[in-house]
Amino acid sequence: MNKQAETMQTAATMPRRLNLEIVGIVLVAVFFLLTPIYVYPVFLMKAMCYAILGMSVNLLLGYAGMLSFGHAAFFAISAYIFGYVAKEFHFGVLPSLFIGVAAGTTLGVVFAAIAVRRIEFYFAMTTLALAQLVYFFCVQAPFTGGDDGLQGIPRGEIFGFSLRDNTNLYVFVLAIFMLCLLFTYRVVNSPFGEILMAIRENSDRVRSLGENPMSYKFIAFVLSAFLASIGGALKALVFQIAALPDAHWLMSGDGVLMALVGGIGTLIGPIVGALFIVAAQDGLAQIGISVVVLQGVLFIATVLMFRKGIIGELARFKKWFE
Amino acid sequence: MVALSGQLILGLINGSFYALLSLGLAIIFGLLRVANFAHGAQFMLGAFTALLLLRYLNLGYWPSLVLSPLIVAGIAIVFERLMLSRLYHLHHLYGMLLTFGFALLAQGLLLDRYGSSGAPYPPPELLSGGIDVGFMYIPIYRLWVIVAAIVACAATWLVIEKTKLGSYLRAATENPDLLKTFGVRVPLLLTATYGAGAGLAAFAGVMAAPIYQVSPMMGADIIIVVFAVIVVGGMGSLSGAIFTGFGLGVLEGLTKVFYPQGANSVIFAVMALVLLFRPAGLFGKDA
Repeated sequence: MNKQAETMQTAATMPRRLNLEIVGIVLVAVFFLLTPIYVYPVFLMKAMCYAILGMSVNLLLGYAGMLSFGHAAFFAISAYIFGYVAKEFHFGVLPSLFIGVAAGTTLGVVFAAIAVRRIEFYFAMTTLALAQLVYFFCVQAPFTGGDDGLQGIPRGEIFGFSLRDNTNLYVFVLAIFMLCLLFTYRVVNSPFGEILMAIRENSDRVRSLGENPMSYKFIAFVLSAFLASIGGALKALVFQIAALPDAHWLMSGDGVLMALVGGIGTLIGPIVGALFIVAAQDGLAQIGISVVVLQGVLFIATVLMFRKGIIGELARFKKWFE
Repeated sequence: MVALSGQLILGLINGSFYALLSLGLAIIFGLLRVANFAHGAQFMLGAFTALLLLRYLNLGYWPSLVLSPLIVAGIAIVFERLMLSRLYHLHHLYGMLLTFGFALLAQGLLLDRYGSSGAPYPPPELLSGGIDVGFMYIPIYRLWVIVAAIVACAATWLVIEKTKLGSYLRAATENPDLLKTFGVRVPLLLTATYGAGAGLAAFAGVMAAPIYQVSPMMGADIIIVVFAVIVVGGMGSLSGAIFTGFGLGVLEGLTKVFYPQGANSVIFAVMALVLLFRPAGLFGKDA
């Protein structure tokens, strides 16, 4: 077993002919435009916020092979800062979002500077421990509201539309969510994304070709932190609260689980994973089975039986379309 | 002075658990290349088994100190045989994710059944009471924990460094295929190692039971600290795990005296600094 470890099994390694990713993006858009008629919109918005976190974890894990257990830090810091400037300084939604996401991304730069040189286990542990430092900061810092969290974050308005109206809010969240999805598509289908995948497969060879894997990993990490920050700020906007669970390492675990269940290295996997898990959480809460048990079972089942996740396994049928 | 020495003792106690847990983690990682996220849950299971043995079978501390690690090791062996061993040929991250799932499952099931509040576990009568050393009063049980942890760590280290079994383990870390050609049953060695590592965690759990509340989440927070301890110590080194465990425990205790707000985060701060200036860890050769 100490032989060359097999590479991560991801669907991204498969050759592409028919561009199923574009089809997937369109299906996602259609899905989120139609379902609010039948499904409680706040549920869908929650799923979208988590899906962005899942996308950010997946960008690193699926395409660069880097498992971060610390993304809750960006998610939470962005949520807190967004909430704080919106509530205390009465900034509008867009400036507040900008400041929150900038703060989360800056934190990503700090994490990347420390963690990105480490590989595999060390990388995961380093991100986890750094995020834990941020968690304790959030517990003690005066502006986070401690155990109560930062409550009553105003929703404000955008271009004259009040976001207190759930329909307006939904459209806004969906727009940002789709932008995040398109952003991820753009990143992974660029020369930059190709090099990331090459680093995942064989970092040494990339170096021998004259590229520095570290700088690519660094940029990938910051882009990923940027996405996680958007997810966090958006969640604070929707639920009008930023609190300690956002910063807890279980939140990082949630992000990993969504990417894993949906399909590591697939574009829309994290979205499917987020929908699946948020739905399961809501369903289980009603019959009284704990969410943690479900998450444990999902982790075990996915890793043992369908490592490619829902979308990755579906991709087996891809040839039928070609 | 009283506060200082009190926190020093407390730091040594926490350090004992950090050392035992990081030693087990280091052994498992060294041989199986699995970052055993379930280690905190196995620590918790050790304490919980002791509690349940007392509650349902009226078995006290001393039988539990032997039985509980054996039971947890048994669970770990089944887990390794049925699940973990299927992932060795895959990317290392899958093993880590699997053990993470196991930890969530174990904690979740016990949370559902017993709630999160936790229960006290009485220290053994033999070790109750304390000694007055003039400037402070030290509970005997705490001294026992420190001594027992040091002995357990030393014994484990001796087994690995000085015995034939230990030499097999070290050889398997270097080159499992070569060891196979000598007729050593490497898969059995892996299973035994995982079981022993989990048993060591459970042993620490039973020792922790009279000190902390026995609750399903008692391993969840300590495991994160232990991972930081390992990064600071350097993954390759067993003695590094032991010394760093005790050292960081004491540092945490001292921080509580001089800067209480920083006590929770001092270990992670040290970790960040060590990573910046000595990425392989204090005792690590090369990561």
